[in-house]
Amino acid sequence: MGEALAIPTVRKRDDGYRRTAPQPILQDAPVSNAPRLVKVRAILPKKSRRKKLRASREEQREWLSLLRMMWLIRAFEERVSELFARGQISGLLHLGIGQEGVAAGACGALRPDDYVFGGHRAHAHAIAKGADPNRLMAELAGRAAGYCRGKGGSMHVVAMDAGFVTATGVVGGTIPLALGAAFVGKEKRQGQVAVVFFGDGAGQVGAFHESLNIASLWKLPVIFVCENNGYAEFTPLSAHTLVSRLADHARTYGMPNSTIDGNDVLAVKEAIGAAVARARAGKGPAFVECLTYRLRGHYEGDPAKYRELSEVTGWKSKDPIGRFSAVLKKKRAVSPEEMAQAECDARARVEEAAQFALSAPWPEPEEVASQVYA
Amino acid sequence: MREMAYYEAKLEGLREALAGDERVCLIGGSFMSQSPRRGLFSEIQKSFRDRILSVPISELGYCGLATGAAMGGLRPIVDLSTGSFVYEAWPQVVNEAANAFYMSGGQTRAPVVFHVFHGVRGGGAAQHSGSPQAMFWNAPGLEIVLPSSPRDVKGLLKAAVRSDNPTIFVDHVGLLEVRGTVPDDEVIPFGQADVKRSGSDVTVIATSLMVQRSLSAAEQLAREGIQVEVVDPRTLVPLDMATLLASVKKTGRVVIVDECHKSCGVAAEIAARIAEEGFEMLKAPIRRVATYDVPVPYSPPLEEFIAPSEARIAGAIRAAVR
Repeated sequence: MGEALAIPTVRKRDDGYRRTAPQPILQDAPVSNAPRLVKVRAILPKKSRRKKLRASREEQREWLSLLRMMWLIRAFEERVSELFARGQISGLLHLGIGQEGVAAGACGALRPDDYVFGGHRAHAHAIAKGADPNRLMAELAGRAAGYCRGKGGSMHVVAMDAGFVTATGVVGGTIPLALGAAFVGKEKRQGQVAVVFFGDGAGQVGAFHESLNIASLWKLPVIFVCENNGYAEFTPLSAHTLVSRLADHARTYGMPNSTIDGNDVLAVKEAIGAAVARARAGKGPAFVECLTYRLRGHYEGDPAKYRELSEVTGWKSKDPIGRFSAVLKKKRAVSPEEMAQAECDARARVEEAAQFALSAPWPEPEEVASQVYA
Repeated sequence: MREMAYYEAKLEGLREALAGDERVCLIGGSFMSQSPRRGLFSEIQKSFRDRILSVPISELGYCGLATGAAMGGLRPIVDLSTGSFVYEAWPQVVNEAANAFYMSGGQTRAPVVFHVFHGVRGGGAAQHSGSPQAMFWNAPGLEIVLPSSPRDVKGLLKAAVRSDNPTIFVDHVGLLEVRGTVPDDEVIPFGQADVKRSGSDVTVIATSLMVQRSLSAAEQLAREGIQVEVVDPRTLVPLDMATLLASVKKTGRVVIVDECHKSCGVAAEIAARIAEEGFEMLKAPIRRVATYDVPVPYSPPLEEFIAPSEARIAGAIRAAVR
């Protein structure tokens, strides 16, 4: 499993897709299984693209790796949901089922020594950055063997060895932190960048605006990745703000920005990859808004009565894993056996993690008072 | 040992902190507030230009940036200047920095120093005269430092940048001209209170500027035959209860002086701990002298009245020994 999940290094892609006319991504846009290149403002270099019939060997490996990562995230989140329903995981749990394309695509464009920050829905980003599913699951189950020794839980996932610096339970809480990590990366001059994931709700938070301002002013190598799933907690975005495209905020602060189809994992990887390359070259921050949808409620247990069933069903058909699988099948880039194996391996890996977590011991009472001060 | 002013000791401490560790950087103002001495900071600025960063008016943003940079291995000192401005940065200090080490199960340290000038400064009124240290004391994970003398400010500043914990460095503009002796190369460990004046009749526990006011009151009361012992905790977290209790045992009478508003102020917590741990030693009820529970007013006679003055402190001491 380790080999297939190795994060590919960033390099120039020779794009072989057929280019379709740029279309704005609307939530009711027609479903198409062909990957669409959406018009991207000010990030992607203009290149001529030649038509290719088959994926190169390197692309095949990379694409399989992305598929396997999305399956690992999906399997993990679904298993966590089951355990929650059975009372074996408790607390506030926010799952990202349906949004795997963003985490897998974005982290697929990073180096192991890049810094990643998440929000409250951060399991996917931690896994995609290389966190160990065993220790992650154990943390969600409140066990001492968890990453945070059972003291952080779902909303405060930290996997420093994988470069996942921290998640947060406060909307927008990690955005200023990411600036600090980017500052360190800039000072160290080894090309490290920081990436911070947040939702559309964060666009309403003061820290978001302060951070965009400082990042562009100081030209920090930070990539702001907004997973716009149309809902900030329990209300649609339109109930919170008149600004329906968060990328517009970045434009206000003079930062390169784009809005892309977040459920197209290759589009995500391409856009983030381009932003990361710019940042590594010292050209400053970028903002990538990824349109996506969470197929579950805001938190586990949320009856989500505020959403129409037809809307949820509509987005299920645009599921990033389903779409990518169809593309891989059409391009014959990955065999049906390998695709089925990807899901199988993911479920087996997650089962191993669940067994590890549930059989791990609880923390001792003394743990309560340990590690308050360094 | 050299005799010098507080502001000189502070600038020396900043210079030595920057020179001694290339991970140290300064974010924000001049660490001298708007005092007439602020021009002296420019010498440090010239020597360490790349490591001194000015910031827009975004306390939340740059305190978070400093915290993130600390998580990434730097040791920033953030100058928020007016203590009340730290209220703008509260979520990053208390929800992110203070929780980082614990919440991460020890994976992440946030060795950032947040520097503020607290208290009544002269015409600052309600929004520029805050003393946030008591509120920070209620957030586990933060260390809180209050120097009161030239020796303390230099030694504690050097200790603050060495600490692996997020630290609130609480200074006061009223201290900048205080003179005292300063040893070379001293790093004062946290959790070490300092008996600033020995006495046998009553223990006065004071922090920050109130230490200096208590010492003046003690001088005056000595002429009345009352021997006052002034104990300065220097750090609230970690707190040196042993030294405080040793003094309480000696005198049996306690007056706690602090510039936070009285309710849930620093004096309240110290009083509670002494009552819990040193009740048998007490010969009289514990007394507190604090800023009244009203917003700080503007007009000079009102402002003078509101914080603990030398007269009020002396009055409380006399009541304690009666």
